[in-house]
This record gives sequence, structure tokens and C-alpha cells, in this order.
Amino acid sequence: MTDIINFLFAAVLAACPLLLGTLGETLTEKSGNLNLGVEGMMFMGGIAGLAGSYYYERSAAEPAAWVSVTIALVCAFLCAALGAFIYSVLTITLRANQNVTGLALTIFGAGFGNFFGEFIGNSTGGYVSVSQATKAGFNDPLFPFLSNIPVVGKLLFSYNFMVYLSLAIAIFMWYFLACTRKGLNLRAVGERHASADAAGINVTLYKYLATCIGGGITGLGGLYIVMNSSNGVGGVWVHNCIGGYGWLSVALVIFATWHPARAILCALAFGTLSVMRFYFPSRIIPISLYEILPYLATVIVLITVSLRKKRENQPPASLGLAYFREDR
Amino acid sequence: MSVLKNDRRIPFLRIAKRAEISRRKAWAIRIAAILLSLITGGLLIIALGHNPFSVYRDMVTGSFSTRTALIATAKIAVPLLGAAISIAPAFKMKFWNIGTEGQILAGAIAASYFALFQHENMSRPVLLLVMFLAAVLVGGLWALIPAVFKAKWGTNETLFTLMMNYIVLNIVTYLRTGPWKNPSSSGFPKIAMFDDSARLPNLFGVHIGWIVVLGLTIFMYIYMKHTQHGYEIAVVGESENTARYVGMHVPVIITRTIFISGAIAGLVGFLIVSGSSYTLTDNTAGGYGFTAITVAWLAKLDPFAMIIISIFLAVLKKGSNTIQTNFKIPASASEVLTGIILFFMLGCEFFINYRLIFRNTKIVEVQHD
Repeated sequence: MTDIINFLFAAVLAACPLLLGTLGETLTEKSGNLNLGVEGMMFMGGIAGLAGSYYYERSAAEPAAWVSVTIALVCAFLCAALGAFIYSVLTITLRANQNVTGLALTIFGAGFGNFFGEFIGNSTGGYVSVSQATKAGFNDPLFPFLSNIPVVGKLLFSYNFMVYLSLAIAIFMWYFLACTRKGLNLRAVGERHASADAAGINVTLYKYLATCIGGGITGLGGLYIVMNSSNGVGGVWVHNCIGGYGWLSVALVIFATWHPARAILCALAFGTLSVMRFYFPSRIIPISLYEILPYLATVIVLITVSLRKKRENQPPASLGLAYFREDR
Repeated sequence: MSVLKNDRRIPFLRIAKRAEISRRKAWAIRIAAILLSLITGGLLIIALGHNPFSVYRDMVTGSFSTRTALIATAKIAVPLLGAAISIAPAFKMKFWNIGTEGQILAGAIAASYFALFQHENMSRPVLLLVMFLAAVLVGGLWALIPAVFKAKWGTNETLFTLMMNYIVLNIVTYLRTGPWKNPSSSGFPKIAMFDDSARLPNLFGVHIGWIVVLGLTIFMYIYMKHTQHGYEIAVVGESENTARYVGMHVPVIITRTIFISGAIAGLVGFLIVSGSSYTLTDNTAGGYGFTAITVAWLAKLDPFAMIIISIFLAVLKKGSNTIQTNFKIPASASEVLTGIILFFMLGCEFFINYRLIFRNTKIVEVQHD
């Protein structure tokens, strides 16, 4: 029983960065921008958050954990949003190809993260590491008093605040897209730029905002990966630490068929698949083949989505297309 | 007053498509973009407390000055160029194949199988030929899977090919830690080094792959520009409906082209394992597949322009190792610089394709006439 609870607990922790990445990319794609730079933005968010809290702790006389955590969150969000902003300028204003620009952002962001991770480490002699207090701020349960309740406490109330934050973002984003005027406008932009423009929606503004805010949210996912200590190390920079989580998030957007609330379940499914090998080692299936499962699942979803052609499960119709009002 | 009012109706800045642009002007814009990106990189170097001129100089000398450096640079440029060539037909068809990384690995696995387990049964030329054929075939087949689904049901190829990368990467990890693990290596599980007979011969210090890749460049140029296949690819890329209307069999063209694309990527995988690393690792494709996409795109899918750009990016990569030793600047600087250059190059295409018209410029009057 405890094994199963521990397993589910670990699955939720593993799902959190994926959920944040997926939510950010969902918002981006709803505006018709297919930003393949999630991996890069996660790197940027991760290193900026780490550096922000690291430099704060070094400069403050008595660093407070909550300030450090807040600074990390803000830095991560802003830096990843900056990456998304570069992407937006290139694809929205300068009409560059979205696929290529996204890949360029991934190359740049990965370099950016590893470069500054190593550089800050070198300049201080050793490696970047935040204090125990900040690490605890990211990893301690948000509701310690409730987490002692047997079974339910561990399963529902013992997670760090990032887990609850990502859930809140998911629910809010679902509400925003489904139930608000602005959300409807955003979806209209992603479906058909020209029609949205004709209806008086500021297409450029919506695309910029959705892409940058979406990018910022993926950056929080990157920060989570850096700060999370469930894999043994937390609060330090590990070379190439994002390691494909960004790409998995891009896949998850499809898996969740562009639906923020469904993204919670899908991220959980991926999280489960990714920790399953630690809890249920199989004698038949080797570990590395276990790791194929999430990607295989995505491929199967891709195929089923394209086969069934169900209207509500389709990608935004203008996904990947640039909009130029004067073009016909 | 009325003039002013009239003027206000014209926006301060307008954008119009250029009818055409002279080659010289287009290149001037591109070179300006590269210079701007180098300046931006230079500002970053200054911020780190180094002299940008000496850093850039060391990057170039570090990649060209000695024979060893030159060989190392060429060893980066060759697979990069090969992978970019493989992307060209797919992208021309607007099939966004970002699975080159995986197709390289798929080819490398096939070649490695024969190098590791069949080398005793064959003479060297036969072995190399078999490795070559296996890599080409498996690379092509690996690419064919998403292509068939795209051709039949319109399944999104961008994400499908991307997922295929991770699937094959984990297969390599599986082989490395499981059935293909070298029993005599302790510690980190590795695949054994290839037998000498499975290694490509060198010419001028670099494995003969560079000749193969240069040959491919010429082949691809002719294939795209002067054959019926190349024409069909271009038509499908511009408009599938047109292609169907004139009686082209679109699914056949898609699957055939992507098979060729994957086959060339597989060949690159063979060149890497047999010519430079002499074994198969998780890092065999090493990001070449992704970087090659940007090479192909920056070259506007022109095979000859790809030569220049892949050498340029190879210099950046090799040079960043030099500056790591000389200035203690982390080697990831090459990716940062590559990213900056890509951003500027992608952005500058806008100024080649469109022109900006400011209020009160003469062009406005000409347009009214």
C-alpha cells in the first residue's frame, strides 16, 4: 500500500514540470503559434530562476526563503517570456518560419542555460547552489498540517506549492479559454487569423501576449526541474538538466488535444509512465524501453486524432501559419 | 492643414512585398545581419569581461590554424552538411521533417550491427558496403513510417518525426545497456569499439565521408533542379491541390521523397559511426539533425550554400572549444552564438522579402500613380 502511495506521489511530482510546459505551449498554440522552443525556454527559465535566487542570497544580509522563492519564480517567468518574445518578434512581426525559429530558440536556450550555469559556477569557484531554505521552499509540502492524515494526506496535501500552482494555472486557463470573451477571441485568432482580424480582434497583440505568457509558464516548468530535489539533487545547475522535458511537453499538448484541464490527466499519465520503472521494474521490458512509452503513446494519439477527425480534438486551424493582413 | 490631415491617414510605417530584389542587395542584407549578430555576441563577450576581437580571432585560428584543428572542424562540418542535404527535399515539399536526428541514429544502429557482429564474416570492402546499404535502408524506412501516415491520413509530421527521435534514442540506450553492451568494459555501460575492418579509410586526414557528402551535394542539386522528381517535389510543396490537378500521385511523391531524405540521414549515421566515433553512443547524432535544419533553412535549401553555412557553424562549434581553453568561456557559448546568428538571419529574410515604406517617402507617390 505504501508502495503504491509513494508511486503515485512520485508520479505527481514528475508530472508537474510537464504540466507547466504543456499549459504554456497550449496557450501559445491557441494563438496559432507552434513554438517548438519549449525546451529552450525551459532552460532559460531554469537558469534565470536559479541565478536570481542565488544572487539574492549572496547579496542579502539575511536572505528570507520566501523572497528567494519569489525572485526565482519572477526571474524564471520573465527570462522564458523573453525567449518567447524573441520568437514572437521573428515569427509574428518578421514572419519567419515558425518551425525553424522554434528550433533556433531551442538551440539558443539550451546554450544559454548551460552557458550561464557553468559560467556562474566558474566565477564563484565550484557550482551554483541555493541555500537549504530556498530548496525547502520549493520542495516542502504546502500543507504540512494536513499531510499527516493517513493516505489522503500524502496523496492530496503533501506536495510542494509548485504542484498546486500548476493545477491552479490549468484550471484558470481552462476557464479562460472556455468561458471568457478574451479566451474566445484568442481561440478565434488561432483558428483563423483573417476572420478574427475582420471581427476587430487585435491579432498581433493576442499572438504576442499568448506566446510570451505561455513561454513564461513553460519557464516555471524549467525552474521546477532545476529546484526539485526528488531525484537527489535540487537547487543546483546540472548540465543539460532539462533533458527533453520541453519536447515531451510539446507532445503532451497533442496528447491532451489542446485542452488545459485534460492536460492535468495527460501529464499525470506521462508522469506515471516516467516513474513506473522505479516502482515496478519489469523482468521482461528493459528500463530504456519503458521510457519509450510516453513517446509511443503520443504517436498513437497523433494517429488516432488524424484518423478520427473529431472536430473538437483538432489543432487550431491556423497553427503554424503566419498572418499578414495584406497577403491573400 | 488639409495636406496634414490627408497624411495622417497614411500610417507612419507600412510594409509591402518586394517585387524583386537584386542578388547583391539581398546578400548585403544577409551580411549585415551576420555582422549585427557578431556584434551582439561581442557585447555578450564584453559583458563577460573579455576582448571580443581576440575571442573571435581565437575561434577562427582554433578551427583552421593547425592540421589537427582543420581535421576536427571538417569532422563536424561533414555530418552537418550531410544532414542538411537530407532535409532539403523534405522541406522543399513543405514536409517538416524534424526527425533527422532519429534517422541518423537509425542508420547508425543498422551499420553498427554489421560492424559489431558480422565483421568476421566479410572482407573489408564487402563489410563497408553492407554497412552503407543497411544504414541507407533503415534510415529511409524509419522516415517512411511518419511519411506513410502523413500521405494517407494527414497525420502531423512535425510532431510524429520528433517523437520518432526519442523512440530511436531509447532503443540505442537499450542496446547500449542491454544486448550490445561490451562485456569487457566495466562501469558505465558502453558498446564496443568497431573492428578496424569496419572503419572508413581516411583521405587527407579526414574519413572519406567528406567526398561522399560533397558528391551528395552535387547529386541533390541536380535532383532538385533538373529532374522530374525534383519538379514534382517543388509542385507538391507549393500546392498539393495543383499537384493533384495535374495528375501527380501525391502520396507516392511524399513517401518517395521522405524515404530519400531518411536514407541520406541514415548514410550520415553510417559516416559518423564508421568514420569518426568508431562506436555507437547515445550522442552519435549529437544534435546534428537539429542544427542541420537551421543550416538547410538558412541556405534557402540550396545545396551549395549549405556547404558554406555548415562550415561556418562547424567553425563556431570547434572554435568554442578553443575559447574554453584560452579564456575559460564555457563551450556552450557556441550554441548561444549559433542561436543569436540564427535569430538575426531568420529576421533579415523579412527585409529581403518586404520593404518598409515610411510616411512621406517618394515611393508612396509612385505607388499612387
